[in-house]
Amino acid sequence: MGSRSRFRDPQIEMAHGAGGKASRKLVEGLFAPYFFENAGDPMGDAAPVDISGTRVAITADSFVVKPLSFPGGSIGELAVNGTVNDLAVSGAKAEALVVTYILEAGLPTSVLEAEVRAMAKAAREAGVRIAGGDTKVVEHGKADGMYITTSGIGRYLPGVTIDPRSVRTGDKVILSGPIGDHGITILLARGDLDLEGDLSSDTRSVLPLVEALVEAAGPGIRWMRDPTRGGVATSLNELARDCRLGVILAEDQIPVRDAVRGACELLGLDPLHIANEGQFLAVVAPEYADTALNALTMAPGGGGAQVIGEIREQPAGSVLITTLYGGSRIIDMLVGDPLPRIC
Amino acid sequence: MCLAIPGMIVEISPENRDSALVDVVGVRRRIDLGLLLEDPPVPGDWVLIHVGFAMSKISEADAADQMHTLRQLGEIDGAMQEVQGYGLEEEVQ
Amino acid sequence: MKYVDEFREPRLISKTAEEIRRLAGTRKFRMMEVCGGHTHAIYRFGLKDILPENVDLIHGPGCPVCVLPMGRVDDGLAIAQDPNVIFAAFGDMMRVPGTQGSPLEHKARGMDVRIVYSPSDALKLARLNPDRHVMFFAIGFETTAPSTALTLMRAKAEGIRNFSVFCNHVTIIPAIRAILDSPDMRLDAFIGPGHVSTVIGCRPYEWIAQNEGKPIVVSGFEPLDMLQSVVMLLRQLNKGEAKVENQYKRVVPWEGNRAALQAMAKVFQLRPYFEWRGLGFISQSALRLRDEYAEWDAEQRFQVPGIRVTDPKAAQCGEVLKGVLKPHQCKLFGRECTPEHPVGALMVSSEGSCAAYFNYEHRKAMATSLSQIA
Repeated sequence: MGSRSRFRDPQIEMAHGAGGKASRKLVEGLFAPYFFENAGDPMGDAAPVDISGTRVAITADSFVVKPLSFPGGSIGELAVNGTVNDLAVSGAKAEALVVTYILEAGLPTSVLEAEVRAMAKAAREAGVRIAGGDTKVVEHGKADGMYITTSGIGRYLPGVTIDPRSVRTGDKVILSGPIGDHGITILLARGDLDLEGDLSSDTRSVLPLVEALVEAAGPGIRWMRDPTRGGVATSLNELARDCRLGVILAEDQIPVRDAVRGACELLGLDPLHIANEGQFLAVVAPEYADTALNALTMAPGGGGAQVIGEIREQPAGSVLITTLYGGSRIIDMLVGDPLPRIC
Repeated sequence: MCLAIPGMIVEISPENRDSALVDVVGVRRRIDLGLLLEDPPVPGDWVLIHVGFAMSKISEADAADQMHTLRQLGEIDGAMQEVQGYGLEEEVQ
Repeated sequence: MKYVDEFREPRLISKTAEEIRRLAGTRKFRMMEVCGGHTHAIYRFGLKDILPENVDLIHGPGCPVCVLPMGRVDDGLAIAQDPNVIFAAFGDMMRVPGTQGSPLEHKARGMDVRIVYSPSDALKLARLNPDRHVMFFAIGFETTAPSTALTLMRAKAEGIRNFSVFCNHVTIIPAIRAILDSPDMRLDAFIGPGHVSTVIGCRPYEWIAQNEGKPIVVSGFEPLDMLQSVVMLLRQLNKGEAKVENQYKRVVPWEGNRAALQAMAKVFQLRPYFEWRGLGFISQSALRLRDEYAEWDAEQRFQVPGIRVTDPKAAQCGEVLKGVLKPHQCKLFGRECTPEHPVGALMVSSEGSCAAYFNYEHRKAMATSLSQIA
């Protein structure tokens, strides 16, 4: 059998894991042709699987973060919330997770216990059961302390269907809260920069907010995503590609905390490209938009929700951001990791 | 070559007068004052920061002056149009 | 954010845009901004949407990454092949391709490549890693050179020997001269580089106004700064004047920053000539370390291949750099040469005019035209 791969890069680079264009090329070019029957179908955060007539959602996510612990959370919490969130934005309530640990020989047990405790707590708070898992240990020098993968299974919430192909012109784009907190917190926590800020990761389960949204505006929800690696820009570019319409954002409507803005300005980064671990995007039919926004802002933790844009015909397949005074520019997907600029 | 942003001096390092802490909307960074030693900034001053160095002090007076000039733009224009409407044909300064 | 938000006030932007329309009338104006930061600002704030059609902003050669010859990237990476060497550079350099790949690609193959946010970060790396050698790949115009200079002075004063600088600092005036000397140049005025001017001041531009008869306004980077600069240029042009004006007064001293200039003079000397990608060899346009700093000069401490790498003939970077051609008029634009696979200098950095044009105008146009067909 000849190669089915359409992936042309001769070696794997960091960019392929950054969640942007390169990642997409890897998934679409190398994995999809081998794994998926309908390789052209839009890919979501979770996949539906039929088991004896019941449709369930499954997903997996891996966590590779340095430092392991940072203001607002740690790798353990990310691992639980990340998978719960992938299921939530696919319209499913997480029922159970399995966890795999890849641990570096020499890792202090106290560090591992701290993460295990954090995961148990996060699971309790998210209402999900950790059903089991696996552990492997690798030599000292590998795994940056620990890598965690969580796989989750969940039941679809009634009354909502997520499909980018159902997105229509006039639909509204809603963001659950301020962006950039997680990615910038990690950057500062690494300590390479002489930067301090009053920032913490926004890691949390977004399931309660999604449930509130579904209850209030279920029939009107077309699409949801959690903008993790690659940020809002990447998620919305994927949407634009999948629905073949234009996503138009209003720059002044996008919530960004001052400290995130300041750090981004200092480093030459764009908040739209920065990872988030406790926010989600939703595209909602216009007649449901007010109800949807209301439901979010009234729910605990949803106070920062905003309508940030809408769907239009043009520019099809792209994301455009407009300023209050009539200027606009295309927002691209990231190529690799966001790189700071001095120029 | 030009990404530089304004920040406010919060504190000059007691051990090293070349080093200061600046605040940029709540994010604090240690920067180098080595290029401004002839007229060093003090806490409360605003400076322009590029690659971790303070390049210049920001003049509050000049900034205010500029904003004033900009706000005048439309007003002078409006006044001129009104006068021209009177058909006086005079040069309005 | 103070000193930022005020200069983005929408109502004032609209008013200033109206004034520009009034002053510009129907005549065609061609203004060049020489600084990569201005190119970036124009696209970031969508300023082209606000300016009338007859005011054309052309991007000049002020992007230090874009004008860096590929051979120099190769040279820097060659030094870092030594496993004892740590290659340190700004984020802007990380994806710039050499003939064997970019620094990031070399990192993926095992080279120790680190992003730094300041030359002092690079020196700090040297202090923290006494048994390794840190080579700082320095780029930038006069905005950045003083910081490199000061860092070298400190390295010398502290006797830090495991540190060197591979110096690619270039100077702005010779680049502007090269543009003006070009026979096919058709420009009416210049928007002067704001942050370079905090160091060199406004005097170095006087010959542009006096000898070449072109007005130049030193401009800030916020939307109101740039729009106000256009107003000031239009006023001069309408009156037939040509002088240097300082729009960025709140930050740019007319006389520049003496301490910064002194630091540069102490550490650097001018190279007799230097190759600018797209523009060819320009004399007295780049800096190298003085003999007193030979020990910190990567080119003296290490062997560099020094091989010249020429751009493919089809790449018309030079003409685009000089404002003779618009990016999309180059035969390779959007085909062989894209931001993901850059062939020429101007596609390499996101501030290069071709990359900026591609990401902004081109994709907007493509998106619109595609949907019209469908």
